[in-house]
Amino acid sequence: MISLPLLEIDSLTVDYRTRRGNVRAVNSVSFTLEKGETLGLVGESGSGKSTLGLSVIRLVPPPGVIVNGHIRIDGTDILSFSEEEMRSIRGEKVAFVFQDPMTSLNPVKKVGAHFIELIRTHEPNVSEREALERVEKALKDVGILTERINDYPHQFSGGMRQRIMIALAIALNPDLVIADEPTTALDVIVQAKILDLLKSLRDTYGMALILITHDLSIVLERCDKIIVMYAGNLVEYASSMELHRNPRHPYTQGLLQSIPNVELAEQKLEAIPGSPPNLLIPPKGCHFWPRCSYAQKKCRVEEPSIIESSSGHFVRCFREAHNPERSRKR
Amino acid sequence: MRKLETKRTFLTSFLSGLTSFTKRVRGVFANFLRNLASLRKRGSAGWMTLIGSVIVSSIVIMTLISPWVAPSDPTAAPPVIDNPLRAPPSWDFPMGTNKLGQDMLSRVLCGGAVMLQVAVLSVFFCFLIGVPIGLFASYTGGMLDKVCSLVMDSFYAFPGLVLAIAIAAMMGRGVVNMALAIAVVYIPSYFRVVRSQVLTIKELPYTEAAQAAGAKGRTILLRYILPNVVPSIVVVATVNFADAILTAAGLTFIGLGVGIDVPDWGWDLTKGFELLPSGAWWVITFPGIMIILLALGFTLIGEGLSELLNPRLEQ
Repeated sequence: MISLPLLEIDSLTVDYRTRRGNVRAVNSVSFTLEKGETLGLVGESGSGKSTLGLSVIRLVPPPGVIVNGHIRIDGTDILSFSEEEMRSIRGEKVAFVFQDPMTSLNPVKKVGAHFIELIRTHEPNVSEREALERVEKALKDVGILTERINDYPHQFSGGMRQRIMIALAIALNPDLVIADEPTTALDVIVQAKILDLLKSLRDTYGMALILITHDLSIVLERCDKIIVMYAGNLVEYASSMELHRNPRHPYTQGLLQSIPNVELAEQKLEAIPGSPPNLLIPPKGCHFWPRCSYAQKKCRVEEPSIIESSSGHFVRCFREAHNPERSRKR
Repeated sequence: MRKLETKRTFLTSFLSGLTSFTKRVRGVFANFLRNLASLRKRGSAGWMTLIGSVIVSSIVIMTLISPWVAPSDPTAAPPVIDNPLRAPPSWDFPMGTNKLGQDMLSRVLCGGAVMLQVAVLSVFFCFLIGVPIGLFASYTGGMLDKVCSLVMDSFYAFPGLVLAIAIAAMMGRGVVNMALAIAVVYIPSYFRVVRSQVLTIKELPYTEAAQAAGAKGRTILLRYILPNVVPSIVVVATVNFADAILTAAGLTFIGLGVGIDVPDWGWDLTKGFELLPSGAWWVITFPGIMIILLALGFTLIGEGLSELLNPRLEQ
């Protein structure tokens, strides 16, 4: 029996139909995620990574529209689902952790009430006692004292609130947790703790995890696979080992060079020159060429397609097509 | 036989329910008093709320017990009573008497009932109509929101008192009609406050998070948005109370209030106004002070609450 991948995204295209024109936030992105896998989704702000994450639960904020493609969860295309069916997916099968823990909890509701409501929404028959037990377990899992169940969100620190958000996400034992920049609003020490917590929970419960971030260094050490996005395009897709050792796309190379290394005493950090393009008027050809040091004439006219440079390593760059290293490897 | 038993069990359960209810009410009341006392520790806004609450609750209590404490019947007219007419304040009549010889102290004690009823009712109507429309229209957005905003804004643009006079004249006298006339004037303010809040809260991460967790639109509206809108509505409501009292006084003053057989501060204003040229200042002064006090009480509560309930200032 061939087991279906948990999540299969097939040439997904998402547009924001703004008044000033169409913005293609996600341009024909395809990838698959197996059960229990962790995937890092890396890109600058505006690269479409959050939009990609939100489209998995079909909550792209208006005026965003999924124009093309398929999103299959356990083999069924969720784009054909009714709103009612979608609601049973959200939270139960795919849970979302948002960026800003300070405002992600309802200020007038006690922490425990958030859980009870979540559980009751999806499993109306659960008794109050069982629901409470599950709340306590979820809180214990993320290291929050269970006696704080009746506290209000403002009584917790940012890191604790993000722990609560994570506890909410795992409360219904979903198959996939999507964390959209879960640590951006937190300081560095708390950041590491939250990420380690996510990882250990993933190890305990075996759910798949998509970690959306702009920080490549965070996902390199914690994810199985990494997708690098630039201006709505998937530019590189590989296992994190492979991506770290052998980055193929100039943009990924630039990102890796901008990570400081503690072991090198003197190291010049390379920044990628320029800024991401305005997607209302995207550059013709490859979206990265204005910032690319390898840009050629061809890059300015033609859009490169995705090439498998080695097994499981996909790159969207013309340089791969005539890459001597690649032919050697094959 | 069985019927009797069920009756008895019904009665006992009803009685036990009643006692638990009264216990609960007592608990709530004690809690309320405790909260009220703790307001002193919350700075000037706390003091404002406290003083406002004391003024309003003492006027409410005064009105409630007035039938038993008023020295004489405030509405009895000459053949029945035999008081000096237009008598200035004295030991017998601490606030003087009016044109009909009625004791002004009794009229002041009893006269708040109409005004309070009108104020409470009008706030109730506003809540009942303005809040749901505001919530639903602005949450749904689109055409519905646009149409509702347009209608409400055109009401809002109209001078409030003139609109209230027109509606009251159209519907005739009576407490409910007066309350409705005032409500129509105030519904747009509720609508606007609710709408602006909903538009903000709708975009906040916690409603988004609730959506991502599979919550229904109704749940989001009632459990996430409404409770966070309530503080702003309460502030509008207290301001509305104060304005409703003044508008009610105004309506009565021009003869659109309740009949002469009901003691009412607004009515006393009219009568006192007629008497002013004769030098009888006391007929208009004491009811006027009461109206000002009551409106002031509500305004103080409103101003205080708007500062206390503002979560940004609290943290």
